[in-house]
Amino acid sequence: MKDLIEIRWHGRGGQGAKTASLLLADAAFNTGKYIQGFPEYGPERMGAPITAYNRIGNNPITVHSNIYEPDFVVVVDDTLLESVDVTAGLKEDGAIIINTTKDNEYLKSHLKNYKGNIYKIDARSISEQTLGRYFPNTPMLAAIVEVSEIMSKEDFLKDMVDSFKHKFAKKPEVIDGNMKALEMAWSQIIKVN
Amino acid sequence: MSIRERLSGNEAAAIAMKQINPDVVAAFPITPSTEIPQYFSTFVSNGTVDTEFVAVESEHSAMSACIGAEAAGGRAMTATSANGLSLMWEMLYIASSLRLPIVMSLVNRAVSGPLNIHCDHSDAMGVRDSGWIQIFSETNQEAYDNLIMAHKIAENKNVLLPLMVCQDGFITSHSIENIELIEDDKVKKFVGKYNPEHYLLNDKEPIAIGPLDLQAYLFEHKKQQADSMRNAKKVILEVAEKFEKMTGRKYGLFEEYKLEDSEIAIVCMNSTAGTAKATCDKLRENGIKAGVLKVRVFRPFPAEEIAKALSHLKAIAVLDRADSLNATGGALFEDITSGMFVNNIHVPTVNYIYGIGGRDTTVKDLEKVYNDLSEIVKTGDIKNPYRYLGVRGEN
Repeated sequence: MKDLIEIRWHGRGGQGAKTASLLLADAAFNTGKYIQGFPEYGPERMGAPITAYNRIGNNPITVHSNIYEPDFVVVVDDTLLESVDVTAGLKEDGAIIINTTKDNEYLKSHLKNYKGNIYKIDARSISEQTLGRYFPNTPMLAAIVEVSEIMSKEDFLKDMVDSFKHKFAKKPEVIDGNMKALEMAWSQIIKVN
Repeated sequence: MSIRERLSGNEAAAIAMKQINPDVVAAFPITPSTEIPQYFSTFVSNGTVDTEFVAVESEHSAMSACIGAEAAGGRAMTATSANGLSLMWEMLYIASSLRLPIVMSLVNRAVSGPLNIHCDHSDAMGVRDSGWIQIFSETNQEAYDNLIMAHKIAENKNVLLPLMVCQDGFITSHSIENIELIEDDKVKKFVGKYNPEHYLLNDKEPIAIGPLDLQAYLFEHKKQQADSMRNAKKVILEVAEKFEKMTGRKYGLFEEYKLEDSEIAIVCMNSTAGTAKATCDKLRENGIKAGVLKVRVFRPFPAEEIAKALSHLKAIAVLDRADSLNATGGALFEDITSGMFVNNIHVPTVNYIYGIGGRDTTVKDLEKVYNDLSEIVKTGDIKNPYRYLGVRGEN
């Protein structure tokens, strides 16, 4: 991993992009990193486009501004590709990960011929198979960990088990589903270009 | 051993309050400080603290309840932002003039209008003459540390003034970052028990607090307040020294970042200081001698000390996250420049109003400020001393 990795999340209010950015910050923190996880607050409402950010580094982070030239972008909702410039400022040696079932041509044409790596993953299907409901967060987290190499998969899995145990102390039955969602996500990331 | 954690600025403030365990917390929710009383009320419900939590119907009442509690002999805290602080305005003056060391966590936000919930410093600047000590915090860590130090400063018998700890709304209040917490027992010992000398519930000394104070006395009382504000500087440093012994974290009235060998510098407060530090590091890779002076203690204002620290520079930019709308410059700019003038230090100094209403301030923006300063050094021409940083329709 580089000394500092900057990530931008695009989602819609209510889908958990903010939570995902905080969970990623948590996991990176637990592996000893310096972290920032913060949403860009606008008019909060269900379904409105929202942006969240992560800085993850090996050294203390002093910058306090939004991220305009991210190393990675995660798109939690592919309908945003029609209205939001998701690759704006995205570094060419970086990557974008999209939760989608759209075909590769559609993706390439909507990403303004972005030269870096494009990945897609069907987080809806994974989530519905493993959790029985649409929670795209867990598969998208797995995907960004794999693509960004912020931490090893082993460290990430271990941390997620601990955090799920804590988070779902009252409904342990969902822990297995979440862990399955992580594993399945890793086997189903597709490189588009 | 300190506790390695990751918390938002609001969580950090709430945890500081939990560890302080004051007698009374009275608060009314307002974005972006809402989470502080929200988290704190959970601690109350869980029995983690034995604080009396007063869920009042307005900020005016929040401050009034704090005044009552503190006058009675208790330790009182509150949290607010922007218009919440505006609604407290009348009571802020009562609190400071009655010499009640109330501690507030102020999460800085633009005062309406039009309505805006995001960060600027117009709330804090609007009450800068109210007789409150104002300490600014760059990070969640500083917001936490400053609150832990607050009571020891405010309650010192040579001070006895209320104190607000400021941090940037959303930028630090809602960002999760690394933080080192201090163990509960250490905080308890550091903050100590509050033993007011005079208080209403002392049946051995019946007193009145806040009666009519006319021509014969108010003038002298104001002078005492002014003297106490001056005393506060020394006490703030003494408390910081004790704090450093406990934590290893050093605090002064302001922080100098690579200032010693700098030729140009930015003066600012709160989270932008961190972005300015990163900008400095970048510029120094190209041999530009840039520095930062971060004002931590804004009231009392360390005019002489800051003027001295800036005296060797060739050009200075003072960044104000609130405009005084006085056709001259922001509050920090006016304080810095008058401090320099009075101390017979003359360095070309310009003012940038920035980040109003949460407008993002980036490394790129601050690079422009440093470039402007280099230009002033080269040409000796200040041109316009009162500027807006990155405003649309200009530059």
